[in-house]
Amino acid sequence: MRILVGLGTCGVAAGAGATYAALLARTGPPNSSCKVGKTGCVGMCYREPLVEVREDDGTRWQYGQMTPDRVDRLLEEHLGKGEPIEEWLVWTSEGKGQEKAFLDRQQRIVLRNCGLIDPEKIEEYLAVGGYQALKRVLDRKDPDGLISLIIESGLRGRGGAGFLTGMKWRFTRLAAGKQKYVICNADEGDPGAFMDRSVLESDPHSVLEGMAIAGHAIGSTQGYIYVRAEYPMAVERLNIAVAQAEAHGLLGDDIFGTGFEFHVELKEGAGAFVCGEETALIASIEGRRGMPRVRPPFPAVKGLWECPTNINNVETFANVPWIVLNGAQAFNRLGTANSKGTKVFAMAGKIRRGGLVEVPMGISIREIVNDVCGGIKEDRKFKAVQMGGPSGGCIPAELENTVIDYESINKTGAIMGSGGLVVLDETTCMVDVARFFLDFTQRESCGKCTFCRVGTKRMLEILVRITEGKGTEGDIERLENLASLVRNNSLCGLGQTAPNPVLTTLKYFRAEYEAHISNRKCPAHHCQALLTYSVNEKCNGCQVCKRACTAKAITGEKGKPHVIDHSLCTRCDECYRACRFEAITRM
Amino acid sequence: MDAPRPYDFKNLHYKGEGGVLIPLLQKYQTEDGYISRERIAEIHRQTGVPLSQIFGVATFYAQFRRHPVGRNIIKVCHGTACHVANAAGISRALEDQLRIGAGETTQDREFTLETVACLGCCSLAPVIMINKDTHGNLKPTDLRKVLRLYREKKAAGA
Repeated sequence: MRILVGLGTCGVAAGAGATYAALLARTGPPNSSCKVGKTGCVGMCYREPLVEVREDDGTRWQYGQMTPDRVDRLLEEHLGKGEPIEEWLVWTSEGKGQEKAFLDRQQRIVLRNCGLIDPEKIEEYLAVGGYQALKRVLDRKDPDGLISLIIESGLRGRGGAGFLTGMKWRFTRLAAGKQKYVICNADEGDPGAFMDRSVLESDPHSVLEGMAIAGHAIGSTQGYIYVRAEYPMAVERLNIAVAQAEAHGLLGDDIFGTGFEFHVELKEGAGAFVCGEETALIASIEGRRGMPRVRPPFPAVKGLWECPTNINNVETFANVPWIVLNGAQAFNRLGTANSKGTKVFAMAGKIRRGGLVEVPMGISIREIVNDVCGGIKEDRKFKAVQMGGPSGGCIPAELENTVIDYESINKTGAIMGSGGLVVLDETTCMVDVARFFLDFTQRESCGKCTFCRVGTKRMLEILVRITEGKGTEGDIERLENLASLVRNNSLCGLGQTAPNPVLTTLKYFRAEYEAHISNRKCPAHHCQALLTYSVNEKCNGCQVCKRACTAKAITGEKGKPHVIDHSLCTRCDECYRACRFEAITRM
Repeated sequence: MDAPRPYDFKNLHYKGEGGVLIPLLQKYQTEDGYISRERIAEIHRQTGVPLSQIFGVATFYAQFRRHPVGRNIIKVCHGTACHVANAAGISRALEDQLRIGAGETTQDREFTLETVACLGCCSLAPVIMINKDTHGNLKPTDLRKVLRLYREKKAAGA
């Protein structure tokens, strides 16, 4: 029997390290019958830290919110007496537990090993069939057949644009050049997206294997992983994985004794969102500022160091070994006419169950939000989902039956993007959401194209003005005009898609913009400058708001109604959040 | 100025001929906490990359700091999930208590306050990271307690 602690970044942030230490301390020497081990992220971020009890026959019991103080009871009851603790159980392999619904609708291909294996031990990856796909393609020695298989599977790039992966490989294979490169784009810069990080932290070998298979397909001997420096754990585990794969002869000069040579090197990004764009990423690896250039020539023809280069995203590579082993049909059976397989989403925002989910393409937004993620927190009203990060857009609740596939999402004005899905409720101001993303793209614009550099700044100024209650007639039209200019006159995806958050919110929530400008009101009660706080007659003088007020703007004796001094109030909303009697009015 | 340090390219496995600049800057930032003028000159001597290009790269990427930092680095997440969970309030409260703005360091060099795009623990929003510890599900009023923890740590260490 083994006890496994989910030690991904989100688990550690929730305190899994302390739980792991407590378990180690109490289970005695490592040769006792019960071993404590590490595993990656299961995806149930909302119940971290997670601890799994796995019996020798493979039966799994997953416990949630396992803080160190729960360790003793777990050891005593489940391991000692063999009585699982029902009230902490979130999921069991026998289909029980409170969070069964979260996993029921999921179909795990990319995340197949996440939470199952120890990411720091290659033996565990090998035990679940790891590197068998690489062995198979190397035995067959048929790169063209392999590329046809990937094309047939219908796998499209999971980085956002959705280009057919097999076609990309074919272009790179056909390109003239002695040295070719494979690059894994792990520069996951979208705020609110963390699926690539989870895959790298929980199952790094599947990405390495995918890269080596791509290397065989296009005829390359060198791969690079461009990973964000902000993901220290992913970097650490990738380094371990590369070293282990090399030691096992699964990467290096003569893989499986077939004479195939493939090396992988890590390149740490330095914090620039634009480096997710392929030509900017290449510039960054070459040691220059990450600025995109005109395409064509595409990297498949002229990429890193002017050589043909194939760039795919982490999730795309993680799909590859599975497709090789299970066949193209098993993959394209899932999904819709033009979008095959599954998609991983990082679910965040105002939902009950936030975390990582992998669902088949073709599922509707409503099913993800309600069935998988348990609906909106505190029973508030579902307002919109933000998809695709700063390049994406907001899809309103009326369109909740939109299915997840590249074309349907594009029709709404949003994009599939890399997979960040932030759920918004009625308390979110859509103008503010647009302002938030413009603020991001404006800061991250590399400055090469004038319209992106200056245009986004002007758009942001207008949005700030509107949220501060200083909007004027004509601002909406100015925004629309600027948006089309920025979109049409930028070189790369950053500028071309930067207006999307503004355009989609204008399309679906125009009335909110108008309320800000004409009535000087924020319908969601979010924009601070448009709010006034006051104490109403429900106040019983409990002093909670007085203590919560960081500006010391609230006065009043205990037991008597309090008063807010408007000249001191910073409208930080703390009193409103703190009050248990609805005695603070926000207008 | 000191003589150039011997620099072992092979040991640090910087293979690509032109690709050494960013890894070098990262190495020096890890050692010094920031990229000083002297370091930029040093890289120029070691690699022959023009000063203007080194300066260009060092100022382009968000990771590189051009000023010394405090003992504790506070990163306030302003990702989408944190934003809708009142990250602005967290930033404001920290700025009030430390009496510095984002990107600045307190006079006693104890704390540096930074704003980051996303720490990737969206389900714990709003989140801050102090050095390597993550603090999640915060309210602006919790911060006094969190900061005290680090001030006490220093007192205990001294």
